[in-house]
This record gives sequence, C-alpha cells and structure tokens, in this order.
Amino acid sequence: MEIRMEYYLVLSTIMMFVGIYGFFTRRNLLAMLISVELILNSADINFAVFNRFLFPGQLEGFFFALFAIGVSAAETAVAIAIIINVYRNIRNIQVKNLKELKF
Amino acid sequence: MNISLQFLVFLFMALVMVVFSILTVTTRRILRAATYLLIVLFCTAGIYFQLDYSFLGSVQLLIYAGGITVLYVFSILLTSAQGDRADRLPAGKFFAGFCATLAGLALCLFITLKHRFLMPQPIAGELDVKQIGFTLLSGDKYGYVLPFEAISLLLLACIVGGILIARKR
Repeated sequence: MEIRMEYYLVLSTIMMFVGIYGFFTRRNLLAMLISVELILNSADINFAVFNRFLFPGQLEGFFFALFAIGVSAAETAVAIAIIINVYRNIRNIQVKNLKELKF
Repeated sequence: MNISLQFLVFLFMALVMVVFSILTVTTRRILRAATYLLIVLFCTAGIYFQLDYSFLGSVQLLIYAGGITVLYVFSILLTSAQGDRADRLPAGKFFAGFCATLAGLALCLFITLKHRFLMPQPIAGELDVKQIGFTLLSGDKYGYVLPFEAISLLLLACIVGGILIARKR
C-alpha cells in the first residue's frame, strides 16, 4: 500500500484547523502564538508535499517551505519580545486585559 | 493487501501529530502545550525525511525544534506563575469556535478530496545538497538569490526590533 498525496493533505488540513481552533478558543497570548505555529507548520508540509508529488523536477515548494520556516522564526522572536514587554507593563498576558496600546 | 513499512511509519507519525496537536490546543497548562508542540514539530521533521527532503527536515529540527521551542519555554517561564491554568471559556464561545472550525475543516477536506490532481510520475531519491546551494545563490530564472538577501535583511531588522522592543527603559 503506497502513501498517496491525499493522506498528507488530509493530515495537514486537520493540523491547520486544530491550530485555528486553538486561535479561536485560547485567551493567553503565548498559547495563541503556539496555535499560529501549528498553522504555519501545516502550510509548510503542504508546500513540501506539492513539490514532491506534483512537480518533482523543480524546487519551488522546497524553497518556499525553507523561507517560510525562516520568516516564522523571525515572527516568533518579535512577537515574544512584544509579549514580554506587555507582561512588563501590565503583569499579565491575558487577552481580556489588553485594552489599550499605550497610555 | 500488503502494508509496507513506510506506510506504517507514516501512519504512526500522522497519528502522533494529530493527537498531540489536539492536545496542544486543549491542555490547560501552557508549558505542556509547548512540550506537545515540540513533539508535533519533531514528527513534521519526520514527514520531511520521509519525503526525501533531508535538508528541510534538518532545518526544521534546528530552527523550529531547537530554536523556537526554547524561546517559547523561556518566555512561558518568564511570564506565567507556577501552577497557572487557563480559565475555562464560556460555553457559547466554545461552541461557536468549535462549530466554525468543524465547518471549515469539512469544507476544506471536501475540496481537497474532490479535486483530481494531475499526478506525474513521482521521482524518488534524495535532493542533492549541492543543487540546493547552487539554486539558492543563483540569479538565473529559477534562482533564489533575491529572497535569500531579503530574508537576511528581515532577520537583521528582526534582531534590531527585538532588542528595541524588549530592552529596559
């Protein structure tokens, strides 16, 4: 029994919607960021799978996944810096307490 | 029906990924969520290895599992007190989120499985690292030197921004 492309796609779709569910229901900034990480990860899987199965002679999906990993690392670093700054100001990172950006 | 070892490995990794990603978003302790996320990222690297993209898999292990997760754990330890638990959501909001997710999942799965992909014969075999390097730094039609430079600029901006935001005033 060989592994068909649809199996990978179903896997990444489930993972993506689990991430979206977490983004909807979590009330902690860091937990929301972790959910975003799941979503990005499933998109990376899709890039690699499409490259391998549909365009096996080319490298576009491979490089998109590679760059997406790099960009998400940068995004995480900046977001965590912002979250730590928020924590320093209001001693809390729950979303319901974030009512104003400054002053 | 004979089931190959590759298929069994894929099935195992897919199961672990689904279960642990659900645990990631449902557990009420955030440090556990980060640990479950680490397991999901490891299994994703396994998927890349199985697709014969060893370089992508090692990048995933290095950056995601090695770097980002450590960053998460540090910031969780900095920002949450011991024994902190997420409070429960009101039932109405929980059901709204759950139903929206289920509807989206059903729609996407329907479209994915309904669509007939044009399937060329897949070429098995490892991707050559030499080829990756030459493509990454070539300025020709299918070269990636411009995104490569752009991402180096992005990382620099991100370092500066991170320091600027997080420093003490």
